[in-house]
Amino acid sequence: MRPLALSRLTATSCLGTGLAATLDALQSQRGGLAPCRFETAKLDTCVGEVPGLGDEPLPSGFAPFESRNNRLAWLGLRQDGFVEAVARSAARFGPRRIGVFLGTSTSGMLETEIAYQHRNPQSGALPAEFNYAGSHNCYSVAAFTREALGLEGPAAVISTACSSSAKVFGAAQRMMAAGIIDAAVVGGVDSLCLTTLYGFHSLQLTSRLPCRPFDAARDGISIGEAAAFALLEPVAPAESHLGIGLFGFGESSDAYHLSSPHPEGQGARAAMQRALKSAAIDPAAVDYINLHGTGTISNDIAESLAVEAVFGRDIACSSTKGATGHALGAAGALEAVICALALKHGFLPGGLNLQVLDPACRVRYLAHNCPAIVQYAVSNSFGFGGTNCSLIFGLLD
Amino acid sequence: MKPLSAYIDGIGLLGPGLANWPEGRDVLTGGRAFEPAATQIPPPTLLPPAERRRTGRVVNLALAVGLEATQQGAANVASLRAVFASSGGDGDNCHAICETLASVDRQLSPTRFHNSVHNVTAGYWSIATRDTEAASVVSAHDASFAAGLLEALAQLAAEPTDMLCIAYDVDYPSPLREKRPIPAPFGVALLLRPERTARSLSQISVSIGSGAAQAVARPDLEGLRRSIPAARSLPMLELIARGQAGNVALEYLQPLQLTVKVVPCP
Repeated sequence: MRPLALSRLTATSCLGTGLAATLDALQSQRGGLAPCRFETAKLDTCVGEVPGLGDEPLPSGFAPFESRNNRLAWLGLRQDGFVEAVARSAARFGPRRIGVFLGTSTSGMLETEIAYQHRNPQSGALPAEFNYAGSHNCYSVAAFTREALGLEGPAAVISTACSSSAKVFGAAQRMMAAGIIDAAVVGGVDSLCLTTLYGFHSLQLTSRLPCRPFDAARDGISIGEAAAFALLEPVAPAESHLGIGLFGFGESSDAYHLSSPHPEGQGARAAMQRALKSAAIDPAAVDYINLHGTGTISNDIAESLAVEAVFGRDIACSSTKGATGHALGAAGALEAVICALALKHGFLPGGLNLQVLDPACRVRYLAHNCPAIVQYAVSNSFGFGGTNCSLIFGLLD
Repeated sequence: MKPLSAYIDGIGLLGPGLANWPEGRDVLTGGRAFEPAATQIPPPTLLPPAERRRTGRVVNLALAVGLEATQQGAANVASLRAVFASSGGDGDNCHAICETLASVDRQLSPTRFHNSVHNVTAGYWSIATRDTEAASVVSAHDASFAAGLLEALAQLAAEPTDMLCIAYDVDYPSPLREKRPIPAPFGVALLLRPERTARSLSQISVSIGSGAAQAVARPDLEGLRRSIPAARSLPMLELIARGQAGNVALEYLQPLQLTVKVVPCP
């Protein structure tokens, strides 16, 4: 594929609000995970919560979209001049020529969970103020973002669990290549809710401690939340973009199990190989892999086998989920932004919470940041349902 | 934009009073009366026996229409890219999770949880068919069918090999039903090919337009179109069933609609 420019980026997670705070946390190797105090959850686990989200506003006139997920989306969109950059793009191309493709796994599920706690004791009805389309529906965050940004082009939510907001980059690239749109807002927004907290707990996949990807003693994930966005545009004169591009993407399915990865990482391997093919680069050209690295026993071993098979044992890699937690449907976009920061600022982010690297994971896993000139970085996102997506970002000339 | 084109080589259909594509085609051509009846979703025989008892209506519906379309088109299901489109996924499972979480004991079953992902259909489809190609799962509320079709055609344009597009919705149980009154399960699957074959039913060329979406010519089917996102496909299916050439405007996101030009392959 022809590279696309990431004209504007932003990310908000437990590491901080906006790019500067995110970069500062990464460069000082500071994580954002803390014991879970979320809502009424009584679980012995850590989460990566974005503080103060309950009080964050929506734009006036957007009351039907009230939900934690859309509040997080709006908080994220308002950072780093993102709204203004989209407005410039809309002025240039026209609001119908800009797509909105966002990933989420749980959308406004939290509001539905709360509504079920307040059913009418006689009729069983949900509270009158519960708005299905604005909060619960899978599409609501893309509807909100499209309207809040004043866009009128094609849009969709891609919801493929934890690969959702990686796959949106591919969907947008195809729409641009087909001439349906000229530019796209892509990203992911996923927020804490009881379903994922109790659900991952039921699968015994949540750790009591801040998650420890690739550690020999790792024992599960820490759930996080995030809003991360990118404005994808054709590569134009250098002054109009950040110097970072989307160079390739690859997708595959495990066809193996709903909630366990293929043990040898076959699907992960295919996704990485297809991404390299679409970018038309050799594995040796890649300097860094931001791993899916959830911290579950099965993911990390399967992913390391896949990485080893495609890139060999010397490829530098790490998972940043020890810092951010697993932002699920927003993880792909959040980690895409982290890759872009690594490219732009010339460093490889170390993975937090590693004490002893699992000897079965035969890759060069970075426990500490190191300076490096990064030409190409790969970001891996895999999910329930056996869905896999790898993205390749690089420096534009 | 240049219209995005494909040949439709197989159609799967399942809805209230619409048991499969041949029956649905006869209803759409007027050769058969539309008799509303509960949607009869068959068990997921494609799946290994151990997995069959884990699936809900939404998976069974998607698998049934996917199987019908791919059999009709004689597709190689083990290497078929697929796009799944649904407004809300598995409403039964979602309701059960919310009830559990609202109870004193919040213990979710692991199967409930892993079935809660919107891509549960894609996951089971890939397991059933051993298909390791990419699958995407989109939602655009009432515009989900058009969003799924556009995504499938964009994928086909990027790589001209067979594509499967499956749109499906099931009704929610109460109390979500009162907030999102989808009356019945409805699924449609299209096997899309880049080149015409002996099995091709119609060629479609899709572009983005604006204005109002078209109704179904058969007024007794218009209620389905208006109330079930996947049934927003009916005006296009009607042209294909009749072997008619023409343009049809499908509901998409305001202020847009999807203009589909249908040319039959006699």
